[in-house]
Amino acid sequence: MSTIERRDLATTTLTVNGRRVTREAGGHMTLLRWLRDEAGVVDPKYGCGEGVCGACTVLVDGEPASACIVLAAQCEGAEVTTAAGLTGDDGALSSLQESFHRHHAAQCGFCTPGMLMCASAMLADGRSRSRDEIREELHGNLCRCTGYQHIVDAIEDAQGARR
Amino acid sequence: MSDEIRTSKLDELRVVHQPLARHDAAEKIAGSTRFAGDLAYTGMLHARLVRSVVPSARLTRRDVTAARQVPGVVAVLLGEDVPNNEISVDVPGQTIAVGALKARMQILATERVRFHGEPIALVIAETEDALAEACEAVEVELEELPVISEPAQALAEGAFEVHEGGNLLAEWRIDRGDVDDAFARADLVIEGEYTTQFVDHAYLEPEAGVAWYDDDGVMNIRVATQVVEHFRDVAKILGVPDSKVRVIAPYVGGGFGGKEDMTVEPYLALAVAHTRRPVRMQWTRNESLLARAKRHRNQMTYRTAAREDGAILAQDITIVSDAGAYAYLSALVLLYSSVHACGPYRVGAARIRATTAYTNNPPTSAFRGFGGMQVVLGYESQMDELAKRLHLDPGEVRKRNALRRGDRLPVGQEIITEVQLAETIDAVRERAGERPEPSGPRRAVGRAIASNMQSYGRLVWLNDSAAAWIGFQMDGSLTVRCAVPDIGGGQASSLAQIASEVLAADMDRITVHFGDSALNPLAGTTTATRQLLMSGNAAYEAAVMLRDQILGAVADETGHPLESLAITPEGITSPGGVTSLTDALHLCRRRNVPIEALGTFFGPKGTEVTRDLEGDRLFPDFTFGTHLADVEVDLDTGQVTVLRYIASHDVGRAINPLSVEGQIAGAAVQGIGQALLEEIVMQDGVNLTGGFFQYLIPTAMDVPDIETIVLESGEGLGPFGARGIGEPPIGPPLAAISSAIADAVGARPTTLPITPERVLECVERGVIRDEP
Repeated sequence: MSTIERRDLATTTLTVNGRRVTREAGGHMTLLRWLRDEAGVVDPKYGCGEGVCGACTVLVDGEPASACIVLAAQCEGAEVTTAAGLTGDDGALSSLQESFHRHHAAQCGFCTPGMLMCASAMLADGRSRSRDEIREELHGNLCRCTGYQHIVDAIEDAQGARR
Repeated sequence: MSDEIRTSKLDELRVVHQPLARHDAAEKIAGSTRFAGDLAYTGMLHARLVRSVVPSARLTRRDVTAARQVPGVVAVLLGEDVPNNEISVDVPGQTIAVGALKARMQILATERVRFHGEPIALVIAETEDALAEACEAVEVELEELPVISEPAQALAEGAFEVHEGGNLLAEWRIDRGDVDDAFARADLVIEGEYTTQFVDHAYLEPEAGVAWYDDDGVMNIRVATQVVEHFRDVAKILGVPDSKVRVIAPYVGGGFGGKEDMTVEPYLALAVAHTRRPVRMQWTRNESLLARAKRHRNQMTYRTAAREDGAILAQDITIVSDAGAYAYLSALVLLYSSVHACGPYRVGAARIRATTAYTNNPPTSAFRGFGGMQVVLGYESQMDELAKRLHLDPGEVRKRNALRRGDRLPVGQEIITEVQLAETIDAVRERAGERPEPSGPRRAVGRAIASNMQSYGRLVWLNDSAAAWIGFQMDGSLTVRCAVPDIGGGQASSLAQIASEVLAADMDRITVHFGDSALNPLAGTTTATRQLLMSGNAAYEAAVMLRDQILGAVADETGHPLESLAITPEGITSPGGVTSLTDALHLCRRRNVPIEALGTFFGPKGTEVTRDLEGDRLFPDFTFGTHLADVEVDLDTGQVTVLRYIASHDVGRAINPLSVEGQIAGAAVQGIGQALLEEIVMQDGVNLTGGFFQYLIPTAMDVPDIETIVLESGEGLGPFGARGIGEPPIGPPLAAISSAIADAVGARPTTLPITPERVLECVERGVIRDEP
């Protein structure tokens, strides 16, 4: 075994999808790397590393954030929700996820976890949005497969069901 | 088998043609799908490449001593550490003095680098942090060489040679009829020059994979790829038998051709072979934009001879493409450009000259549309200008020239299926209705259509084949095994639907094992819009064989004639009643009848490809379609808003209408991105596009809903009469958008992307249609 140098052996504790997790987090470790490599929560994806594509979108205390440009240590004590956290303990899909399923909103599925978290944040405020408003709020989440409209369909339908 | 056209009556279809949620959708939406970069192994190492920071240089010194001493570093490899560091590609139809042209490239450069981003060293470490530090510590000294940044410069007399032997990589010619005579007889001649740009695939999942040795000493590589058959290339590089390498393709986070060539595979294999530990490699977005092959930049010159009634008498076309620093698939991509250059039209005579040259730009290779899409900008811009000059309706001109069954392409290939091009033109125009009004002063709106054709299935000269295995379990559930990589288009799910249709099995009780070169029958590449044609037909054949085996056993047992039996969701029906499926399966066991079957589908055959292209059949068949765009142009800023976008294709038969719509909408948006936004910007061989903040793909705000109209002629060569639809819809947006802008401002943009600056140039040149 070769020597492994660890700098800043501080730990960070977060509540991830309802589960309290304590793991090492060097001062420079992003939330995305902490979730994926330390906590084993891999549904937030690395797509660009610069906060542009939205594939790593998670909710931090209910607010959408790009986990690739947030440091894990900054989030100490926070509640983090990822797409996997929308799914019930029994594996049942949430009504938002059901709507994505019904509307064929995932093709390759790589942007989907981030899209779902952006959509979750949209649904959370109870306001109904037009298709154009939905498109505007999705502007930070890139998709290269669908052309977006099945995703817009799914969110529109989900907010209708919520009313 | 291969030339048969299959159609089914719609009312007989139970599962195929239904808009079903794909079987892979639930896991993707639950966030539980494990992509290539999501897997981790105990004791896993990380690997990263040290890449050239200049586009053209001789390597004078490479020193990894300091890098090897970084704590946590396990190994640093150079080209000398690679068992077979040189791989070569045969370039079909192209010759050097004697024999076929073999284009060579190294896995890790030892003497010379030819593009910005070319790999030089491979660092393997315990942690990402050690990796980053060690990559910095690798010392590379180089002596810069001249940079060839344009094909014209590359092909000039006495040009600096990117590769020894000259910069001409490949050329193709098509000659049909007397072109000069046709131009002499023409009522008018339309001339145009069109330029397309370097484009990145920009799938959301950057290149990634994990590799390990299994308990039998087989190199396992689980990687985001469109081609599991690269196990053979990896075996060559390692110097081991092909049977000692296994490539597994999990669900891929987008491909579009960018994961057709190898990306991380050779480096993962080298790292594992060297350390004998599991290794993960994840390219950054920067690496992906910098160093993975792009879409070809094409320079196209069109001269079109036409008669007063709009009939095209001849096309005289020159195409020059930028192959970048290494061959990859540039020669084949250019072949597609050549064969598709005249579009879906009857052309009396044609002269096509196509050339691709090495430069010090990033390599160019496969990308959705594969050379058949850039030329749409050429032939459809010409068609639009022709209509304008003759004061004819743009739809009418296209219909007058549209190919029909029995017509031949300039290359000689006969169209053997029904062409519904006119129907797609009518469909989009009927849907569009009245043209919209400008939203305010100093704004102009424009409308245009663009039609296209795109082959589906590989070049027949490649002797394509695909295999699929289908077996019942004793409880009546069904297993499908087929090594098809699923890149997000529903490739695996379609096989389940086909098996379900033929064998009356419940979709929920079917499992598809896909994308594994060792455990599943090989199905070939998920490229060239070929998988529905190839693995779809293979699965169809396997399902039919299996059905007939089971019905045969029941017929023998019961004495009822085979023709009177059918397999239904209730069981095997016969004049004597119903035999449950599980009883029938037990009966098969008793009678030594297998309850599984292997289907192999062979693609159509054709003549050998030579530089002078000519043949009855180069491609299996083609898909046709028409798009319509309404745009609004801000005359002061040059901003273009796509108001409305309608796309119609004849897909033969939609196996899953939702997947078909998804393919059309996604391709249309990707095409709109190329038309208006996207470009990998090069400056003297230096790639200036390093991140998604610079490489702009369409966001949800940049595009309207894509209205799709799916026509089903039932005329495709795929199962149930399906045509391929993965690539075809990406071509028309280039021309639909540019022609709509031309319609709005009165002058035609001919260089992509059509940035606001280029729009304003058109505004200056043009006569505004809608300005009061």
